[in-house]
Amino acid sequence: MTEITLRDAVSKGLREALDRDDSVFLMGEDIGAYAGAYVVTKGFFDEYGPERIRDTPISESGVVGAAIGAAMGGMRPIVEIMTVNFMLLAMDQIVNHAAKLRYMSNGQITIPMVIRTVTGGGASLGATHSQMFEGWFASVPGLKVVLPSDPYDALGLLRSCISDNNPVIFSEHALLYNITGDVPDEEYTIPLGKASVKREGADVTIIAYSRMVHVALEAAGALSTKGVSVEVVDLRTLRPLDVDTIIESVKKTGRAVVVEETWKTGGFAGEIVSTIQERSFDYLDGPVLRVGGIDVPTPYSEDLEAAVMPTPERIIDAIDNGFGL
Amino acid sequence: MSLSTKNMDAELAAKLFELMCLIRRFEEESARLYMLGKIKGFLHLYIGEEAVAAGAIPPLREDDYIVTHYRDHGHALARGLKPNAIMAELMGKETGCSGGKGGSMHLFDTEKGFMGGYAIVGGQLPIATGLALAIKQRGQDQVVACFFGDGAVNEGEFHEALNLAALWKLPVLFFLENNLYGMGTHVERSRAGGKDIFDAASAYKIPAKQINGMDLSEVRETTIDALNRVRSGDGPVFLEAICYRFRGHSMADPSAYRKSTEVDEWRDKDPLESFKQTASQQGLLSAEDVLRISDSVEKTVKEAILFGEESARPPAESLYEHVYAE
Ligand SMILES: Cc1ncc(C[n+]2csc(CCOP(=O)(O)OP(=O)(O)O)c2C)c(N)n1
Ligand SMILES: [Mg+2]
Repeated sequence: MTEITLRDAVSKGLREALDRDDSVFLMGEDIGAYAGAYVVTKGFFDEYGPERIRDTPISESGVVGAAIGAAMGGMRPIVEIMTVNFMLLAMDQIVNHAAKLRYMSNGQITIPMVIRTVTGGGASLGATHSQMFEGWFASVPGLKVVLPSDPYDALGLLRSCISDNNPVIFSEHALLYNITGDVPDEEYTIPLGKASVKREGADVTIIAYSRMVHVALEAAGALSTKGVSVEVVDLRTLRPLDVDTIIESVKKTGRAVVVEETWKTGGFAGEIVSTIQERSFDYLDGPVLRVGGIDVPTPYSEDLEAAVMPTPERIIDAIDNGFGL
Repeated sequence: MSLSTKNMDAELAAKLFELMCLIRRFEEESARLYMLGKIKGFLHLYIGEEAVAAGAIPPLREDDYIVTHYRDHGHALARGLKPNAIMAELMGKETGCSGGKGGSMHLFDTEKGFMGGYAIVGGQLPIATGLALAIKQRGQDQVVACFFGDGAVNEGEFHEALNLAALWKLPVLFFLENNLYGMGTHVERSRAGGKDIFDAASAYKIPAKQINGMDLSEVRETTIDALNRVRSGDGPVFLEAICYRFRGHSMADPSAYRKSTEVDEWRDKDPLESFKQTASQQGLLSAEDVLRISDSVEKTVKEAILFGEESARPPAESLYEHVYAE
């Protein structure tokens, strides 16, 4: 075991892939000479050269499209989109093309491509730079959507993403880059579509992903001092979604809260809530709750932004109000 | 009107004339089948533009790639996709070149390097650029021929793709089919830079040329030069073929936005007729050749229709197939 940051876990996964497979290459805005807006690809440019660490113009659609084409042509591109906010400019390529080409071609086309991006708010970047759109992407058949919450998951999942033969979106939360965790020295992978129970409990299940896993764990810790035993399920991948792990946990606890950083309205949490009531209605001791981001564009000023985010306190309140626990 | 037949012998003239006739008759029959309800959805015909595909595609090497837009039957036929498989696709049959899952606008045959018809205007340009990037990363010498319409040049993806391809010196032949309209909007009404679009390439320092898209030989000769240049590794080349679609944008279009006299003027330049005349005058195509070609084309198209009609619809299980790769 070695303790590393999530940033280093991602770097490690990328290096391994570059070292092992000539068809892997990286491209993105300022990933090379600048070393990446979040410094994930530090040193790569000198080590692997400008062809395999390809700095691109600020052309999200062009670059994602080029990655799709390169993948169709037998390469395994890993694209970095500086943040998920800018992925909106590549929506056509991701949703209309990457997600559909295999199906529309009746299996003739394969697109082994990873889009790495940085997601989430909480860094005082204002409304255009604090969003999370992974739930939107997760509603599109043909895509896979992955959000690690710790270094161990980041490395294990990234390995699976890179060896996957489909377009995968791998979202790294900006506020998680510096968190540390133990990572085994021997090789391991984590399959896509497998959630992880980050804390076991008996009374309530909290379902979360990305940074909200940590908020949920904090809430769980606080609730345990009140004698409430909370199970925390980290989805890790929104698509494919590990419904079985969610349902198994909810059947055990009889209560569920879905926590999501982005807006509550139309969020992916709604999908989880529906699935829970469809699959485990008879096991429920109360309504399935949601704690989500407040439905406003994320404001800049610190206190206002903090008020938008789900917090341990809001989760604890929800559990208190909803279940009397 | 007399065109040239530079560098053409009788065999090649007959072959390319047959290809244009095949596209024409295939499209006419598609229109008929559409009216009978045997082809659904949107159907965009290539009638009038045959000289472009027949001129530009045969010079490509077998291992080159083609990426095109939704008006793709002509390109597919020119690339040698089986008329049977294309017709079956239009009819939504499992024997179609996309298994009945793509339809007219989304033809694929990767074995033939035919990497798809793309129905989001401009979307194929970055993808073509990426295929060329793969070629470059592997140090190979294939070329990607990317076809698109005058409507696509006002999309951001067009500009992004041209910039990337030029910046990275990628082997793409950007092939603009300027048929003067994007649906009902004349190019003069959609482009501040005016109707001579090839100028746009100069912003990216891409060598560009405008050609007569109604002239098979001119398209062919220019494309051959362009392909040599692209293959040499110097980066992309841009060709603009001025052409015209004789039918509406799709089968749903009554063509209210243009005068019938304008259509008639262009019909006088029919690429099939004018090539036939020129090639005949120059002794490259005999009356017997024309008859034989016409018979052979009729037979091919008839067979394609029969094949399509007799093929089965895709089985229900196929609904779930190929959403993801293993
Ligand atoms: C992004 C996008 N916008 C609009 C459309 C609807 N549409 C389909 S074809 C077309 C016109 C395109 O014209 P052009 O590129 O000149 O090709 P042509 O049909 O003339 O061959 C439009 C507007 C579309 N398919 N995609
Ligand atoms: Mg047009």
